[in-house]
Amino acid sequence: MTATTSTPAIAESTRRATAKKLGAIIQGYLFISPVVLGLLIFTIGPMIASFYFSFTKFPLLRAPEWVGVRNYVAMFTQEEHFWQACKVTVTYALTGVPLGLIGSFLLALVLNQRVKGISFFRTCFYVPTVVPAVASAVLWGWLLNPDYGLVNAILMNLGLPTSRFLADPQTALPSMVLMSLWGVGGGMVIYLAGLQNIPESLYEAAKIDGANELRLFWHITIPMMTPTIFFNMVMGLIGAFQTFTTAFVMTGGGPLFATYFYNLMLYERAFRWLQMGMASAMAWFLLIVILILTLLVFRSSNLWVYYETEVK
Amino acid sequence: MIQEKEIHYGLGDINWRRPAQATRILGSYVVLVIGALIFLLPFFWLISTSLKEQSEVYVFPPNFFPKSFHWENFPDAWNYQGMQFSRWLFNSLFITLTVLVGTVTSSILCGYGFARLSFPGRDIWFMLVLASIMLPGTVTLIPLYVGYHRIGWLDTFKPLTVPAFFGGGAFNIFLMRQFFKGIPLELEEAAIMDGSSRFRILWQIFVPLSLPAVATISVFVFQGVWNDFYGPLIFLTSQENYTLALGINMFKGMFATQIPLMMAMSWFMVIPTLLLFFFAQRLMIRGVILTGIKA
Repeated sequence: MTATTSTPAIAESTRRATAKKLGAIIQGYLFISPVVLGLLIFTIGPMIASFYFSFTKFPLLRAPEWVGVRNYVAMFTQEEHFWQACKVTVTYALTGVPLGLIGSFLLALVLNQRVKGISFFRTCFYVPTVVPAVASAVLWGWLLNPDYGLVNAILMNLGLPTSRFLADPQTALPSMVLMSLWGVGGGMVIYLAGLQNIPESLYEAAKIDGANELRLFWHITIPMMTPTIFFNMVMGLIGAFQTFTTAFVMTGGGPLFATYFYNLMLYERAFRWLQMGMASAMAWFLLIVILILTLLVFRSSNLWVYYETEVK
Repeated sequence: MIQEKEIHYGLGDINWRRPAQATRILGSYVVLVIGALIFLLPFFWLISTSLKEQSEVYVFPPNFFPKSFHWENFPDAWNYQGMQFSRWLFNSLFITLTVLVGTVTSSILCGYGFARLSFPGRDIWFMLVLASIMLPGTVTLIPLYVGYHRIGWLDTFKPLTVPAFFGGGAFNIFLMRQFFKGIPLELEEAAIMDGSSRFRILWQIFVPLSLPAVATISVFVFQGVWNDFYGPLIFLTSQENYTLALGINMFKGMFATQIPLMMAMSWFMVIPTLLLFFFAQRLMIRGVILTGIKA
């Protein structure tokens, strides 16, 4: 008798439970619907489209026409400046990123000193990172002017050799690396936060064991900072591979293609010559290179990045 | 700037009986002062050049200070023939404000959804949101351009503003979610007991509490949009639709020899970001650190 009365009740309660569950799902997706739609419309959809475009000939005003892998083959074999653009971008990334990492790390070490007025100094070093890229490109173009620039004036005053900087194919790219170091403040604040997160007790314990400053630095500071170094390295690499504005505004890729960055080539293909198919192939090649690089950095990370296991 | 409860030593604390400590403090100051001078020198040069007379910039070695201060360079550049700086300023402000509204509303909604509601698929979507930070923008740019071309959005502000209403960037959602996760559950449970809807809870409890996070996001959005060059360069073509960043680049392209005027306009573009930075320093640095550490 109990069974007969409870069956509908159970059915009722399960129905209510599923209705409640369904309600929760609908409600949840309602809240995150902006980003779900956004990812579908502005990220995933376009990615699929661009993958398709990369196998087509697509001069924007006509419909895309399937050409197979011809864009990729042409890109690697016939494109006049493709390898030059790769060389420029890789050289820039391989010099600028390590120099930036070391520079911002050293800066953070100095700015971690407990001296009066340190916040003022931290601000001084961070401020360049908020300057708009266009403004800083204009300003640095003038600072590095070979004939009337301040940097050459200072070099001359110090009795050092002057340089043609951005006007000479030999020195144009190194000048841009130098300029990028003006922005080390961005990495610096992240290191600074990392440094301040290292528990003081570690240093105290090591000091009791008789470790000197150098050993403290090498065996505590460096290992504890590796996750932060790792983060800055990944973000730095991704950024360096996509350099555009500084080169576009300051040199337009010259002289003699010495600062012809990958993204500059891509921009010209897509928006000057409207070769959307070829430009998509270039964009996908860049994506794959960045992906492989990031993966390599991630893979190598368990060799050198120290992750604190939570024992508390 | 980051921690307050440390003991700071100044020059007055130097104890000459402890040479190690003394050299450390002195050494730090020497390095800091020289470094700061080098990092601030470009700013000084920007101001100095923008106040010089046209003929004075072509002097080598250059004068460190202008011989006379030409404040009229600012209005002269602003009203330069063929330039529409007032218009471009308005455009930059309009785009920035629209993006700000879109980003704040959508990141509040999504942040709350990810932080406080549980439903199947939530974590996968959140992972996708985070992964999108690493994606190079160029891959999606071409199809978006093609799409905007089809629906007639090119040379309007829509490609620059509408996406903000759809999530408003992974970073901002992440920041909002972290912030909402820190709000005690009890506050919300009482309201649920009273039968309030989730939207009401969000609006009446979470939004008023989230003002610090909203401020942080706003600062970053302002910076990002105000400084953006690539987006406007690609999507805007007619001069009256330009933003300040594009305008300055055009000025540079057409009148490359007008150095003081060019510097004056660059300076004009830098000032708002500097002001914002000085007023919102704490918020900004906390935001940078939060993403750096948690990611």
